[in-house]
Amino acid sequence: MNNQIQNNGVERLTSMEKVQAGLAQRYAKERRFRRLGLAAVMTGLLFIALLLGSIVSNGYSAFWQTEVQLEVQLEQADIDPEVSRDPEVLSVADYGGLVKRSLRNTFPEVKGRRDKRKLYEMVSSGAAFQLQDMVMANPDLIGSTVKLWVPADDDIDMLVKGHIDRSKPESERRVKDQQLEWLDELTSQGRIRSAFNTIFFTAGDSREPELAGIWGAAVGSMFTLLVTLCLSFPIGVAAAVYLEEFAPVNRWTDLIEVNINNLAAVPSIVFGLLGLAVFINFFGLPRSAPVVGGLVLTLMTLPTIIIASRAALKSVPPSIREAALGLGASRMQMVFHHVLPLAMPGMLTGTIIGMAQALGESAPLLMIGMVAFIVDIPGSITDPSTVMPVQIYLWADSPERAFVERTSAAIMLLLGFLVSMNALAVILRKKFERRW
Amino acid sequence: MDTIIESSSVGLIKPGVIEPIKVEVQNTISRDDRTTVGEAFVDDPRMTLRNVNVFYGAEQAIMDVSLDIGKRQVVAMIGPSGCGKSTFLRCINRMNDTIDGCRVTGDIKLDGEDIYHPDLDVVSLRSRIGMVFQKPNPFPKSIYDNVAYGPRIHGIATNKTDMDEIVVTSLTKAGLWNEVKDRLDQPGTGLSGGQQQRLCIARAIAVNPEIVLMDEPCSALDPIATAKIEELIDELREQYTIAIVTHSMQQAARVSQRTAYFHLGDLIEIGDTDQIFTNPRHPLTEDYITGRFG
Ligand SMILES: Nc1ncnc2c1ncn2[C@@H]1O[C@H](COP(=O)(O)OP(=O)(O)OP(=O)(O)O)[C@@H](O)[C@H]1O
Ligand SMILES: [Mg+2]
Repeated sequence: MNNQIQNNGVERLTSMEKVQAGLAQRYAKERRFRRLGLAAVMTGLLFIALLLGSIVSNGYSAFWQTEVQLEVQLEQADIDPEVSRDPEVLSVADYGGLVKRSLRNTFPEVKGRRDKRKLYEMVSSGAAFQLQDMVMANPDLIGSTVKLWVPADDDIDMLVKGHIDRSKPESERRVKDQQLEWLDELTSQGRIRSAFNTIFFTAGDSREPELAGIWGAAVGSMFTLLVTLCLSFPIGVAAAVYLEEFAPVNRWTDLIEVNINNLAAVPSIVFGLLGLAVFINFFGLPRSAPVVGGLVLTLMTLPTIIIASRAALKSVPPSIREAALGLGASRMQMVFHHVLPLAMPGMLTGTIIGMAQALGESAPLLMIGMVAFIVDIPGSITDPSTVMPVQIYLWADSPERAFVERTSAAIMLLLGFLVSMNALAVILRKKFERRW
Repeated sequence: MDTIIESSSVGLIKPGVIEPIKVEVQNTISRDDRTTVGEAFVDDPRMTLRNVNVFYGAEQAIMDVSLDIGKRQVVAMIGPSGCGKSTFLRCINRMNDTIDGCRVTGDIKLDGEDIYHPDLDVVSLRSRIGMVFQKPNPFPKSIYDNVAYGPRIHGIATNKTDMDEIVVTSLTKAGLWNEVKDRLDQPGTGLSGGQQQRLCIARAIAVNPEIVLMDEPCSALDPIATAKIEELIDELREQYTIAIVTHSMQQAARVSQRTAYFHLGDLIEIGDTDQIFTNPRHPLTEDYITGRFG
């Protein structure tokens, strides 16, 4: 009897020791796993930091633009000889000539056609339009001499920003020695400044980097996404609700489910080809238009939204459905009063993920002509336009050095859009979750 | 020896002081005999259930059960866990329809009307037959909205005053009013388990059902709250018909007039509650109520 108890005591001790020994090992394992996880997170963060760092360091300078101050004499005789103040007359006057004369007056010693052309190339061709806008807005200026800041040419801008090396031999750089002299002269007179680049945020695309802006593409993206959202969210949610709550389980619904899952994996360019064949060639919708882009992106995002929405619906506890049905709610009331509100956060998350995908998509839009060179800001969903990722693609393809920084700046804006969309998703989710 | 000896003291036993009298009983029914013993049918029934079978896929959970539920009475269903009490109860308001792969056969009538008839409106049926589920399942909405939901969808209350009154009376009947009167706008899911159970009872009676099905309504309640609910059941019985599943033999004895004992999907015995608890006729029933089961 005594012996037995002792035996038991001994056994208990050893098993305790076993647990202790194992415990240390278990903790060590956990520590290792935690370190591994931390390392993985760090690596991810490092890559993001690298990516953001390179984009920001390349792109931040695009937010500033070198400007030149011009002193322009607005002669009555040149602009509006009959003093009609007729906008039609004002709009056809030779403002380019006025800008050139102003430059010639600043550097009277410049003679010869080639030298003069070099001088004219110092300022952007946009200067003439800026002058025109100024006069049209305020015709009373005619007859006076105005001072205005106009954007410098992109090569001058690059030089001022340090992207063109002065010390290189003249033949290897785009800014000639003569232009350097003129620039230094202007700088010493205080007629060169670096100003916030509003053009970049308000203009459409242009062949001239200093006149090119992202706004046209941003508006195109917004219109496209608007069409996508208005179509894919209701259709996706309705499809998910039907499949999850109402559809009988049979071979047909199984087939549909398999197909939806397959669609989610179809390369996006295929949707572009489909859009080209169906929406443009068959239905005759306009090319390059956000409405077609939106339709194509709807096809692309629908599977994502449907799958996410179904998962959200599945996660609503069945007891809630039972409670509603048991009280005599119809299926419809059960879904709309209880299940949908609970599934909404998940559905919204899925939708925003789909939208973010759509915002960053370019391949299918190339197929339907949204890659065209479009200067005007689109005013409706049927106007030709492009979208931000395609604009980035176009600029990245351009040879001018000034487009490099604009590409990076556009990427920054695109990322900004994405981040704000995700923030919106979080806010919406919080808002809906507060209703338990 | 071949006859079943009935106890003569059935009617004298008072609820709460029931002691099965085993000595006198001489059971002659074999434990393997699964035909229903006792008085399954009553005069002037509210509901008649005949040859009910329930299948979950290929598994049969209820085997050929027939019984009546009388007017203004409480029928208690007892039996070991997993014997099919909940399943049977859910046939009565067609909640089994909502389970994929669940199939019900047989004949179930409410006031002579076949409730599984294709033309019957399930929604109106379920508004007439209320149910309290085994697991408390309040909506993730406010306490007020939980109770008001049923009356709202059925258009029972037309204005705010009526609705307030329904909510107050329902919560009071369920014995929850004093605990929640200051926090009606807080989520029902934030209540304790027992409070949630009472909230679900309040929610079920708020629509004024004619028949109330209760699946272990007191499983998470303390004796005081249990007494409240039992009082409520007694009160409801004056107008309504009630079927209650319970694991507490005392409770079955206290609140019910008739008791049905289920065993592995079979209805083994059914009869007057007093008789079942004092003089069970089937050995399985006797085993269960004397605690010898298992
Ligand atoms: N949804 C379901 N799908 C498949 N089988 C089920 C389902 N619900 C119940 N069953 C089975 O049916 C049988 C009866 O279950 P039921 O829930 O009716 O038991 P119960 O008597 O209510 O038990 P308890 O007292 O534990 O609640 C069990 O064997 C169970 O496994
Ligand atoms: Mg049960």
